[in-house]
Amino acid sequence: MIDLNKIDSDISHYKDIWVFIEQTNGQAEHVSFELLTKARELASQRNCHVAAVAVGNSVAHLAEDVFKYGAEKFYIVEDEVLKDYRTEPYRDAVSELVVKYKPEIFLIGATTQGRDLSGTVATVLRTGLTADTTKQEIDQETGFLWMTRPTFGGSLMATIFCPKHRPQMSTVRPGVFKAIPLDAPVNGEIIEIIREKIEFSEEDVVKKILKKVISSEGNVTLGFYDVIVSGGKGMGNKENFNMLKELADLLGGTWAGSRKAVELGYIPQTRQVGQTGQTVHPKLYIACGISGAIQHLVGMQTSEIIIAINTDKDAPIFNVSTYCIVEDALKFVPKLIEELKGMQSTRRAQ
Amino acid sequence: MHALVFIKQVPDASQVRINYETGTLIREGVPAILNPYEVHAVEEAVKIKQKFGGKVTILTMGPLQAADALKECLSRGADKGYLLSDRIFAGSDTLATSYALYEGAKKIIELEGEIDFFFAGKQAIDGDTAQTGPGIATRFNIPLVTYLTKLDEVNLEEKYVVATRLTEFGQETLKVPIPVFFTVEESLNILSHSPLPWLVKAAQSKIEILSGENVDLDKNQCGLRNSPTIVKKAFTPEKKQRGATLTGTFDEVVDQAAEKVAPFLNNIL
Ligand SMILES: Cc1cc2nc3c(=O)[nH]c(=O)nc-3n(C[C@H](O)[C@H](O)[C@H](O)COP(=O)(O)OP(=O)(O)OC[C@H]3O[C@@H](n4cnc5c(N)ncnc54)[C@H](O)[C@@H]3O)c2cc1C
Repeated sequence: MIDLNKIDSDISHYKDIWVFIEQTNGQAEHVSFELLTKARELASQRNCHVAAVAVGNSVAHLAEDVFKYGAEKFYIVEDEVLKDYRTEPYRDAVSELVVKYKPEIFLIGATTQGRDLSGTVATVLRTGLTADTTKQEIDQETGFLWMTRPTFGGSLMATIFCPKHRPQMSTVRPGVFKAIPLDAPVNGEIIEIIREKIEFSEEDVVKKILKKVISSEGNVTLGFYDVIVSGGKGMGNKENFNMLKELADLLGGTWAGSRKAVELGYIPQTRQVGQTGQTVHPKLYIACGISGAIQHLVGMQTSEIIIAINTDKDAPIFNVSTYCIVEDALKFVPKLIEELKGMQSTRRAQ
Repeated sequence: MHALVFIKQVPDASQVRINYETGTLIREGVPAILNPYEVHAVEEAVKIKQKFGGKVTILTMGPLQAADALKECLSRGADKGYLLSDRIFAGSDTLATSYALYEGAKKIIELEGEIDFFFAGKQAIDGDTAQTGPGIATRFNIPLVTYLTKLDEVNLEEKYVVATRLTEFGQETLKVPIPVFFTVEESLNILSHSPLPWLVKAAQSKIEILSGENVDLDKNQCGLRNSPTIVKKAFTPEKKQRGATLTGTFDEVVDQAAEKVAPFLNNIL
């Protein structure tokens, strides 16, 4: 671990905004590009550069995408020991880079890996970490990063800042920001890959991975879809989710659900929306048989159009809905599908 | 075998309501509970004790009322509860909290002996930061296993465990030497009912209170003043306006809904 004496406590020495590029088997996580996009906006206000950092056994090939999303520098550490994510060697590699290059702001995706890593890195660096943020802005007066996050299960929002320690670290949930590539790669700026050599030996890493199981559902990134059709306990059983899948297909979207739907075995956890699931902001969110508990709302209330179908006219979900439909979803959805199919075939006939 | 479980007493987040007029939380009457993930951490530690012998110690930081949460752990089979309680810790952020608990744990090692297994919940339901456990593990520089879903094997002789944790893609199984730090998921185990003698013993046992004076503290790392993060403001999320209710006969409502979503219709078939 880093010698504490090596950490520079003069915060004026810290510059630029870093984004951690999370990768598995050489595949970058989408959230990393969402964060690069946000970092561009913050950097233009701070008048500084955006850099990306990746750690693994082979990550240099990510440079193309990283530059496409606006990084101007790409710091990498490559070593066989770093092939799979393990807390301790990743922690050491990332903290080493921070101590050496001194970023002012450091953004990491709030995934299982990102949360695991950020907590240890911030402790090593003795700096502040704001977890699971949903909003990032630069205070014009002080230049500090203001980070806003939900607490108390989404009932309360807190804006947090870190005035005296650097980097200002924060994790951001996947799906909160959109990933937008640059029209053309950054122009006139330095674009370079900085390879950092750090000595690792497998013997020093006491944790060994024996087995990895990829769940059959895999990793569903709900944030990719413009339309999400979501179901809750009110859908009654697993089979009834087939109508939601069909509706989602018709609308070019995907299906998801509430935590109760997960607990009842209707849907896999990988499709849960909300505080302990994924955050989404599609163009259209259709909630069927979902009551609208605060923990669900924090994950979807920023959707552009929300349509809720619920038998209870007072269900809280209606308080955030654009269109409220007080009907039995099990009867309503099949009818809606029928109607839409009709519209589709008339369109095609025309 | 000696396990130390870090716990937190939290307001039951699911019962907290918002006062939209004042923009504050209504906390009156909201019960304080043992953080749900930690109930499972205690359960797992007690399971190891039942198999191998040894003891389970609990540590929390908080006001004196947090003793109730410690008592609950004792009724679930833990042996002794320590409460780190001092004004000096007030307003600690996650970095300062992990520092305080680290020093508290060092004191427990001094009083109760070396620790093989450190446990905490994966996160607390009031703050949801998931940072305190990783912070303590880092300070001890021992291996960290977050999001534990299964303890497959415990080998005290050869001093290792085989443990399964959640990842973004599924699960992974690790072999890790002891001492090790776990943060646990609710799916780790199914809670058992406490036998009557445990309940009786818990009711009779005394919670040990540790003040700032009792542990070896660097006061410059404690409390609000020494926390790197500062809460600038807290506010309730914007209340959205309820939108239009689609009215008419069932078929009319279907028609209106179809119209609203028609722009998204997938035309590629
Ligand atoms: C720490 C914590 C974290 C949590 N995280 C999440 C999270 O990430 N995501 C999440 O979703 N929840 C989460 N929850 C759970 C949350 O509090 C609610 O329990 C959950 O969202 C409720 O799911 P639901 O709406 O499907 O079920 P219910 O609340 O039971 O609602 C079912 C709804 O269906 C309606 N209904 C019944 N039949 C029909 C029908 N035929 N047609 C139409 N409507 C019908 C009912 O009127 C009711 O409104 C969390 C809770 C806690 C404590």
